[in-house]
Amino acid sequence: MFDNFPLWPVRASSYAGNVDALFIFLVVLSGLMSIAIFVMITVFAIRYRRQRNVRAEQIDGSTVLEITWSVVPLGVFLMIFAWGAVIYFQERTPPRGAAEIYVVGKQWMWKLQHVEGQREINELHVPVNRDIKLIMTSQDVIHSFYIPAFRIKQDVVPGRYTYAWFRATKPGTYHLFCAEYCGTMHSGMIGSVTVMEPGQYAAWLSGGVASGSLAQTGQALFQQLGCGTCHRTDVQGRGPNLTGIYGKPVTLEDGRTVIADDNYIRESILSPAAKVVSGFKPIMPVFQGLVTEEQLNALVEYVKSLSQSPAGSAGSPQLKSPGSPQ
Amino acid sequence: MATAVIPVRERENYLNKEYGVRSWLLTTDHKRIALLYLITITFFFFIGGIFALLIRLELLTPAGDLVQSDTYNKLFTMHGQVMIFFFLIPSIPAVLGNFLVPMMIGAKDLAFPKLNLLSWYLLVIAGVMMLHAIATGGVDTGWTFYTPFSTSFSNTKVIEAGLSIFVAGFSSILTGLNFVVTIHRMRAPGLTWSRLPLFIWAHYATSIIQLLGTPVLAITLVLVVLERALNLGIFDPTRGGDPLLFQHLFWFYSHPAVYIMILPSMGVISEIIPCFARKRPFGYSFIAMSSLAIAVFGFLVWAHHMFVAGMSIYAAMIFSLLSYAVAVPSAIKVFNWTATMYKGSIRFNTPMLYAFGFIGLFTMGGLTGLFLAALGLDVHVTDTYFVVAHFHYIMVGGAVMGYLGGMHFWWPKISGRMYPEAWGRLAALIVFIGFNLTFFPQFVLGYVGMPRRYWQYPSEFQVLNVLSTAGSTILAVGYLLPMIYFLWSMRYGKPAPDNPWGAAGLEWMSASPPPTYNFDETPVVTWEAYPYGEIAVPEEAPVER
Repeated sequence: MFDNFPLWPVRASSYAGNVDALFIFLVVLSGLMSIAIFVMITVFAIRYRRQRNVRAEQIDGSTVLEITWSVVPLGVFLMIFAWGAVIYFQERTPPRGAAEIYVVGKQWMWKLQHVEGQREINELHVPVNRDIKLIMTSQDVIHSFYIPAFRIKQDVVPGRYTYAWFRATKPGTYHLFCAEYCGTMHSGMIGSVTVMEPGQYAAWLSGGVASGSLAQTGQALFQQLGCGTCHRTDVQGRGPNLTGIYGKPVTLEDGRTVIADDNYIRESILSPAAKVVSGFKPIMPVFQGLVTEEQLNALVEYVKSLSQSPAGSAGSPQLKSPGSPQ
Repeated sequence: MATAVIPVRERENYLNKEYGVRSWLLTTDHKRIALLYLITITFFFFIGGIFALLIRLELLTPAGDLVQSDTYNKLFTMHGQVMIFFFLIPSIPAVLGNFLVPMMIGAKDLAFPKLNLLSWYLLVIAGVMMLHAIATGGVDTGWTFYTPFSTSFSNTKVIEAGLSIFVAGFSSILTGLNFVVTIHRMRAPGLTWSRLPLFIWAHYATSIIQLLGTPVLAITLVLVVLERALNLGIFDPTRGGDPLLFQHLFWFYSHPAVYIMILPSMGVISEIIPCFARKRPFGYSFIAMSSLAIAVFGFLVWAHHMFVAGMSIYAAMIFSLLSYAVAVPSAIKVFNWTATMYKGSIRFNTPMLYAFGFIGLFTMGGLTGLFLAALGLDVHVTDTYFVVAHFHYIMVGGAVMGYLGGMHFWWPKISGRMYPEAWGRLAALIVFIGFNLTFFPQFVLGYVGMPRRYWQYPSEFQVLNVLSTAGSTILAVGYLLPMIYFLWSMRYGKPAPDNPWGAAGLEWMSASPPPTYNFDETPVVTWEAYPYGEIAVPEEAPVER
């Protein structure tokens, strides 16, 4: 309905409609409230303007009215809170089986790595009607990944992974903005997202010049950096065997248990002494500053590939899971 | 000589008691210090305003063509820093508050007059540091100083600007301390807490925020300076720091700082409306307590600035919920102000026009806050022009309208002269129109998706930007007019009677302008606040036509 209204952003993701619905509700509510206040002030200003021989009537207040106009707004506010929280939960919880794409922000460009091996700069190609999970980090300052047409925004923070997801519902090309101020060419850190029909997308994928999947790149790097001499898969090496660990709980030296997720793998490569696995010595060299963010992503993807990954790639048909939102 | 002329001597007051630069720069009279502040912050308002106009001019066209991108980034950074730390935060408290807090409670001066002068000197020192930072290259971090950009990447004057704001913060802390002690200890006999003017309640709440919040900002800025100067790893992840820690610390002060800017303005409105409606405020105690509630809840909502920063979704939900809680006391105030007009006898002098403008713009600013506190919606609109529009409705539409309303209301008391009423009404109207034209299009711009702090932008956003720029020139005229006619009135304005509006409040029982120690005799209060039923309405305020 609003798609042709030029003062409204294109709506092209599965949850964009939910965001718009809440927005429209709030516009109507605020409009009614503003009009009510405006009308009251105008009526009072005219009706009770100063007139000769008419004195103001002194009224101290009314506890009933005070309670009414505290409790009723609070009730409405709580409803808005709950509505907003439900949408947020949806926006922040990637469905299982979403295809993964790695995003690296840097001053002043977006670098995107598909697990199939394709790499893009400031352009992102995705298939329509497919859940896409973004695994994002920054190699310098904080940026923010923002696609208005999808109503999605997530800060991209150096030193950790943050996540976002979307399911594009309409083929087309949309703005990709950096929304967190990041220096000189902040406003030049823009790109586009192209949503394609599955067939077109497959053609686009096969037309690339990728040399092997991201996991294969990671594997080559794994060997090149000598990781395999300790992290062995045949016999117990000096480092833990990485097969099957992704997403599993790991017991640490100090007795704590952590989940071996993206951020844990990342931290263990960059500063291995931070969380050492129980039974091993903190002998691994520090890789902070020795691998780029993109290489790190390849390594993380390789470690993931050593487990039965629940995630597909954007090119493979979607595994329909019962929990995936529409 | 039989024809010697005997000059007509004016009553002695705080303005004509002494002359000369020394008598001003070394004064401990709260009223003179208020005027020193007035001159200082007007100067900085002018500087910040020029930055704003340059920003709007750059955004007239989609291409970055008026200034370089680095220059643009410095413009919006310094616009924010100057306007917030050197205009808005000192505005009402340090000028009107300084002048009126002792007078309204029947005191001779603030509790610590020398400390009060020191506060002004600190602001001036901070201001000189800021001007130096601006003149020698400026800062480009945004007023928010987000790390690690500010500590490890920006190559501008971050340390100078940070230290300048550090010093300005102490000015604010000392003013807050002075007010808290004064309000507790120096009320006139009979002036119980329940008889205090709402302006005093608002300033009391503000002072508490200044005292408790500003030190956190000071600490945060010191940490930024340390990380930048000494390479300590505090916020930069490559040195083992945490960039989100900075955001938590920064917003712990900077969200309550919004209430430092708006609460005093609410106090002003709570004085103006009863006076021009000739009525006791509806729900006095609810308006007073809502100021304290805002001060307390205001400290619990800071992370609503960080919903897309990478926080846990459950933490985000707590902060969203608390943000809705802080909206209730603001709503209570708006309803009570409106209800105060019911069955009143309303006059439409300039201060009242500003009060109407305040209610309208603050209501819109507050309602759009509901949009931003709604988590799922905030994801889309945060860091866009929607946020820019929202906080300008609160801080310019709200705080500055209140400041101007208060300046007109108390100008006869401060200067002893009336401002020209017709010009005052005209300026209020121009400000209202210019403001809405400048900032309303930005709500739309934000929802359509234009991020803030963009030097160049896709061409489909141009129409709305042109509207906004056009509005800003109208707004500028609206702000220049009072500067001109206030100055004019100091020489040519009609002498003001002691109580031109027939207002309640001890300050109106003193002369216009007041004598140095405010009251010839300490007043003894035997009546409840705002006895408008018993104060005669002046037949016609002696206004300029």
